[in-house]
Amino acid sequence: MSQPMVQARGVRKRYGSLEVLRGIDLTVERGQVCCLLGPSGSGKSTFLRCINHLERVDGGTLKVDGDLVGYRRHAGKLHELGEREVAERRRDIGMVFQRFNLFPHMTALDNVCEAPVKVAGVSKAEAEAEAQRLLEQVGLADRAGHFPAQLSGGQQQRVAIARALAMKPKLMLFDEPTSALDPELVGDVLDVMRRLAADGMTMVVVTHEIGFAREVADTAVFMDEGVVVEAGAPRQVLTEPTQERTRAFLSKVL
Amino acid sequence: MTDATAPTRTPSVITKKTEDEALDVVPVRHYGRWAAAVTAVVALIGLAGSLAKNDNLHWDVVGDYLFAGLIFDGLVTTLWLTAAAMALGLALGTVIAVMRLSASPVLYGLSSLFVWAFRGTPLLVQIIFWGYAAALYSQIKIGIPFTEVTFVSWDTNAVLTPAVAALLALGLNEAAYASEIVRAGIQSVDPGQAEAAHSLGMRPALTMRRIVLPQAMRVIIPPMGNETINMLKMTALVSVIAAHDLMSNIQEVYAQNYQVIPLLVVASCWYLVLVSLLSIPQAWLERRYGRGAARSQSNSAVQRLFGSAGTPWARRTKKEAGR
Repeated sequence: MSQPMVQARGVRKRYGSLEVLRGIDLTVERGQVCCLLGPSGSGKSTFLRCINHLERVDGGTLKVDGDLVGYRRHAGKLHELGEREVAERRRDIGMVFQRFNLFPHMTALDNVCEAPVKVAGVSKAEAEAEAQRLLEQVGLADRAGHFPAQLSGGQQQRVAIARALAMKPKLMLFDEPTSALDPELVGDVLDVMRRLAADGMTMVVVTHEIGFAREVADTAVFMDEGVVVEAGAPRQVLTEPTQERTRAFLSKVL
Repeated sequence: MTDATAPTRTPSVITKKTEDEALDVVPVRHYGRWAAAVTAVVALIGLAGSLAKNDNLHWDVVGDYLFAGLIFDGLVTTLWLTAAAMALGLALGTVIAVMRLSASPVLYGLSSLFVWAFRGTPLLVQIIFWGYAAALYSQIKIGIPFTEVTFVSWDTNAVLTPAVAALLALGLNEAAYASEIVRAGIQSVDPGQAEAAHSLGMRPALTMRRIVLPQAMRVIIPPMGNETINMLKMTALVSVIAAHDLMSNIQEVYAQNYQVIPLLVVASCWYLVLVSLLSIPQAWLERRYGRGAARSQSNSAVQRLFGSAGTPWARRTKKEAGR
């Protein structure tokens, strides 16, 4: 049977007295692209980080491919998993960060090889061949030996995408992948993401690129103040929003 | 001096540039630096001459002992003691740093207690304590506390030889200091690095070893170089428990012939030589762990001394490099 890839039910998260997620319900089907939009501070990045347990959920349930993230249900209670089990579940979830977070002491190739060799136990030669193929896929075959500091922002972000793909994830999370890039470099990164979506990768993308969302997303989700204001087909949410808040946001960013 | 101020002729016929484009750039002149350099050199030569002519220094005695066998034996002890104590300090210090940053209150508490105790008491006291530990416990026993059950036991004096006591004292003390340096290094690494590693399925221990510590090394190495130099000289303190390091042997000699100052000059010469040699591996390590950091290369000490902008020498090399 086909489980949804991501299923969130009433997800809540608070930092001290500040409630940043106030009951998020969201479903992302297999092979679909879901774009999270909204003003800064709306909780969209926090929600994304909850999906791979970089942030701990305070309430509600969040399942990836049918499994609870970071917890085990036992006798009517949720038990937090140990670091080994959490790490194991994260292997299937790739993540791309706003600030790339490439490992600066390793070449592009070593960045991509690191997890397959050290976590998945792939042989060095095999991992390098696969890494070279992935770098080619993101258009950086000739940059394999470069250190991150020698690459432009757009190139670094594409290496970061290749690094996440090297673990053969079933879900990819993108946290504002183009927000830290020069405008002319955004296109290359979006092209790679577009091809990934066309290949059938399930993706959750926090972005401010309305054009990308309209073109690539299967679902567009508009969030504000820790709740989902509106969700649906991008054509509907982004061109004929039913909520006043969505309309106000779109009128500012378009 | 004069050729530095003379303008370099531009081959205007070949380049056919307009006059504005052909103008040469003359860097700021630092006449004060030249004056200061001459003054300093004269003063240093004067000082060296006065030291050389001073009969109270007994240079003949210095010469006799500079390469004496006993001094070399002490030198060897000092070197291995420094290396072993630094290795122990760095290894244990790294463990303690990770413990101090751990979320576990037990690990945090134990590591804090260690740092508090070993950083809070004088090193000299710690050396004497380890040296005379047999006076406190004549036997070292491993068993179940508060019972008579003992699995193994050793005679303290047989285990804690002066060399071992010196190593323990220096190494444990160093670990307390090294742990703070390593902790600062770990905390200097962007938390996004650990997040990226975690998102790839790397566990905390692997993340620390492969991602965080190698990057922390850039921050750790310069102060650890300092610590090593310090350690080299602090080994002199173990002469109080007769551990036969360089200083112990020097003291042994001047206790017999009363030539205190010449022998201290011998010791100082050797410590200076060793410290100078230590800067070589440090520079190598800094380059090794600086890989991929910034594109800029830092200048060597020689370049800094003789290659500063404004000297005629530097101007010439720059022009040649530009061709």
